[in-house]
Amino acid sequence: MPGYEDTLAGLYEVLKPYAGDGQVLHEETELVADLGLDSMKSMQLLLEAEDRFDISIPLNILPEVRTVRDLAGQIHHLTIPR
Amino acid sequence: MALLRKFHQLAEAQKALGEGGGDPFKVVVERVISPTEAVVNGRRTILAGTNNYLGLTFDPQCIEAALTAVREQGTGTTGSRMANGTFAGHMALERELADFFGRKSAVVFSTGYLANLGIISALTGPGDVILLDADCHASIYDGCRLSGAEVIRFRHNDVGDLDKRLRRLGDQTSKSLIIIEGIYSMLGDRAPVAEISALKREYGFYLLLDEAHSLGVLGKRGRGLAEEAGVEQRVDFIVGTFSKSLGGTGGFCVSNHPELELTRYISRPYIFTASPSPSVVASTRTALKILQERPDLRSRLWANAHRLYEQLQGIGLKLGPEVSPIVAARLSSKEEAIAFWMGLLECGVYVNLILPPAAPNGDSMLRCSVSGAHTTKQVDQIC
Repeated sequence: MPGYEDTLAGLYEVLKPYAGDGQVLHEETELVADLGLDSMKSMQLLLEAEDRFDISIPLNILPEVRTVRDLAGQIHHLTIPR
Repeated sequence: MALLRKFHQLAEAQKALGEGGGDPFKVVVERVISPTEAVVNGRRTILAGTNNYLGLTFDPQCIEAALTAVREQGTGTTGSRMANGTFAGHMALERELADFFGRKSAVVFSTGYLANLGIISALTGPGDVILLDADCHASIYDGCRLSGAEVIRFRHNDVGDLDKRLRRLGDQTSKSLIIIEGIYSMLGDRAPVAEISALKREYGFYLLLDEAHSLGVLGKRGRGLAEEAGVEQRVDFIVGTFSKSLGGTGGFCVSNHPELELTRYISRPYIFTASPSPSVVASTRTALKILQERPDLRSRLWANAHRLYEQLQGIGLKLGPEVSPIVAARLSSKEEAIAFWMGLLECGVYVNLILPPAAPNGDSMLRCSVSGAHTTKQVDQIC
């Protein structure tokens, strides 16, 4: 099972196309305020993250996700076998 | 001030929409002439953006039934189904719906939106899982939120993606509800219900099919996609609306599961609203009877759908994947869609304008809905 740092590294790869030229991603990067993700882009990002980590991300977690760290934490939690 | 700050962005967007000469989302139908024509902006206009699939809104029998009900029972029920709002007409309509679908029971709701909210939130709760097609209607998404269940989207009409997500759920699949639609309202395509329902044997989930746009439209008897695909017995719950092919307002759910009857005690959208008014119940009952007696209405609808789809395809428009009474033309930008939509309205044709994020994949679209009541000449004029 990958650790949180592995998950974060994988998430950075998924997020790279959403970052602007020269924009550096870090854990505090905000998905809406900094990356400008609207509802359509957010849904696309989720699909890509689901494929990357082979998980299903419930829509219910979205209100709790603001930053890259929030999303990485949720994904990491979902990769733990239930 | 802070409470209302979020409206600033919306106000800007609304202002920009109106700059082209009027807000496309504030169209007023000034006078209705027939199921397919009205006066809009002082101009006689063909209605090609309604869901009046069988053209029953002006059917003389439906109108007469509504008038009689108003005279005999009054204008409204002024009460919940659980209190004083269940009239004999509501019970009769539920029996007739159950018989039509060949199911043990039916529950009627005040709108189609409330039917999805009421059924989904009653069937599922915390600890359950809902898997819904990504292109499902907003009422389904809202019902999921109300339920408190875990909500997972699968890629639109992608059985492989659904199968993958079911596998990930492990033994939770027996506590899962899958939700799909007979005809999807944006692109007019059908769900692969035979393939999806075949997965039930392996995973043991429950299946809910929303036939809002397919009731009266698909199937030999007009029962919808499940009938057309020959898989009615594999669908646990069918939800639908009276506001499209039946020309009224209201919604319903039918099922063979005895638990459907029990939802009346826990479904908040069923309990905490006034029941459908007697005139609506009466016209809907008559429309349901006509739907069964007049298969020619469905034949005319499909002839018009083919004619419109083929003509629009012929002029090079990028359409939905299959012929359907919903014909959606995808345009390259929001600006092009608005200009196209306004041009059509000025020529006396009303269609629906769909802008992001309402349409799939961030598209801008013009959505036409044909009716069996459109004449061939009207269909040609839409093009």
